[in-house]
Amino acid sequence: MNIVVCVKYVPDATGDRKFESDNTVDREGVDGLLSELDEYAVEQSLQLKEKLGSDGGDSEVTVLTIGPAGAVDAIRKALQMGADKGVHVQDDAIAGSDAFATSLVLAEAVKKLPHDLVVCGMASTDGGMGVVPAMLSERLGLPGATLGSSIELDGQTLKIRRDGDTATVTVEATLPAVLSVTDQSGEARYPSFKGIMAAKKKPVETWSLADLGVDAGQVGLEASYTAVEETQARPPRTAGEIVKDEDGSGAKALVDFLVSKKFV
Amino acid sequence: MADLSSSPFELSPEHEALRRTVRDFAEKEVAPHVAAWDREHHFPVDLVRKVGELGLFGLTAPEEYGGAGGDFTSLCVAIEELGRVDQSIGITLEAGVGLGINPILTFGTPEQREQWLPELVAGRALAGFGLTEPGAGSDAGATRTRAELVDDEWVVNGAKQFITNSGSELTSLVTVTARTGTREDGSAEISAIVVPAGTPGFVAEPAYDKLGWHISDTHPLTFTDVRVPADHLLGERGRGYAQFLATLDDGRVAIAALAVGCIQACLDLSVEYAGQRTTFGGPIGRKQGVAFQLADLEVMLQASRALTYRAAAMKDAGRDTGRHRAEFKRAASVAKLYATESAVSATRIATQVFGGYGFMEEYPVARFYRDAKILEIGEGTSEVQRMLIARGLGLPVE
Repeated sequence: MNIVVCVKYVPDATGDRKFESDNTVDREGVDGLLSELDEYAVEQSLQLKEKLGSDGGDSEVTVLTIGPAGAVDAIRKALQMGADKGVHVQDDAIAGSDAFATSLVLAEAVKKLPHDLVVCGMASTDGGMGVVPAMLSERLGLPGATLGSSIELDGQTLKIRRDGDTATVTVEATLPAVLSVTDQSGEARYPSFKGIMAAKKKPVETWSLADLGVDAGQVGLEASYTAVEETQARPPRTAGEIVKDEDGSGAKALVDFLVSKKFV
Repeated sequence: MADLSSSPFELSPEHEALRRTVRDFAEKEVAPHVAAWDREHHFPVDLVRKVGELGLFGLTAPEEYGGAGGDFTSLCVAIEELGRVDQSIGITLEAGVGLGINPILTFGTPEQREQWLPELVAGRALAGFGLTEPGAGSDAGATRTRAELVDDEWVVNGAKQFITNSGSELTSLVTVTARTGTREDGSAEISAIVVPAGTPGFVAEPAYDKLGWHISDTHPLTFTDVRVPADHLLGERGRGYAQFLATLDDGRVAIAALAVGCIQACLDLSVEYAGQRTTFGGPIGRKQGVAFQLADLEVMLQASRALTYRAAAMKDAGRDTGRHRAEFKRAASVAKLYATESAVSATRIATQVFGGYGFMEEYPVARFYRDAKILEIGEGTSEVQRMLIARGLGLPVE
């Protein structure tokens, strides 16, 4: 069983995030890391591999990422958690790619890898569009089981539970398939020190667009269908509104506030 | 002159990865609960098990016992990062490895190692080291606890005090030093004996009411006709105290790492607060009276960290034995003395920056203020460190 898990290297959400003059994210000025939402994808991939055990033949989890040189840190973290090998697609022409262009590069990279199951997180923690898994399944011509909060594999059948606002649905897909998992699918493990040391020796390949046969004109900021027009810094935190209940009108004031903000 | 050329100060990418892991763990698993645990003097057994699952108790233990076979520096990184969120959790790990696992690993027979280490290394069990007595601390030769060999059993009688990890439901054993006879020159023959938890006559008395480290498990112990098999002698008969001394230098570096975590916490908390708290129309961090104290904190942090990891690197390079041993011992004492005294200063500064709030238990700086003082006392007081350093300079200090 070959599992390919797609991960993204994102700016640390706890740091100050900034944008370049072309409205792309400043990746130089902030520390990056493996997107927290993708850790769930790595975790589910590892759990599937562990459940298959030796009965599943030689199961292997390959971590795939697209990004600048530093993005190898995201791969390294997944390898420390227990993934087997990594593929890093790195090419200056990719910078500024939107979800559409990103899904093209991912799809071409997946095609070069043996894959029974492609696993993604539910969205990135920076762009946050959450559309890449669906685009990837379309480009690969594979069934897409997205937003799984619990995942089961029974032979060649993938079964997920998707929790919606009004209903919970069960989705089944036949392998090979694309899967995305939510942050409800199970806490990601911490890398152990053994895992950290073992990851030093795990192979990571670096591929360029030429290796994938993708034309540079199909990706990057220029080729993207979506563009960030404008960014604004988050406004500074303002003082909260304190409701004082001196004459019994406190409850009404609270309700009025909640209604005015459309919370109720 | 000390040769520094082969003492690497830089941590490897793997150490930094471990730091990130332990920091994430501490922020997620420790930080949300620590104020309540501290208030209730609660020793969080489930958390200790999780620390074990993360592999931290086994960082330096060989793989055959379930450990990771890592270096001493990695243990210091883990202690520092746990200590940055809570000092009690940091000392629980430090004592669990340095006083629980290491004596058995270093001096145990293959049978003793096989029997006790796997559970200790996995963090499913804890061991304490009973050295200190009501009348014997730094002067361990004054030990009064006795052990007599009767019918192939050691019969132990006496009392120990301030023993970490000695009375929790995870405690599987305590190694105790005891007087097993008198030498020809009249001095005490001290040996180390493993006493399993639950042995009749071995009682962990109610936990101490301490100034700080409320979350760590510390008890006075009493031994009344406690009988253990003769093969529970740990290491050589008559070498109990010498064996303990041999592991003391590592403990000093580990305590220095715990102090570094304390200083880092004080700096992080103070810098954040100095940017948020406003007086007279601006953040207090714009006042030199505050900003310069934080600059001093940064200096203490960098210096303490450099001294600590230099000493750890010396040990990892094998410079804690042979002709370099004296140099390592001095580096350990210097790191311990400087980092722990800096930690106490750091908590004083942080509490001052927080003003009245710093005196309130709902702010973590108050907890760090209470927790820091013991760092200057445990594993050799500041006075002992100064004595050792001065002797190393060739001075005839008593």
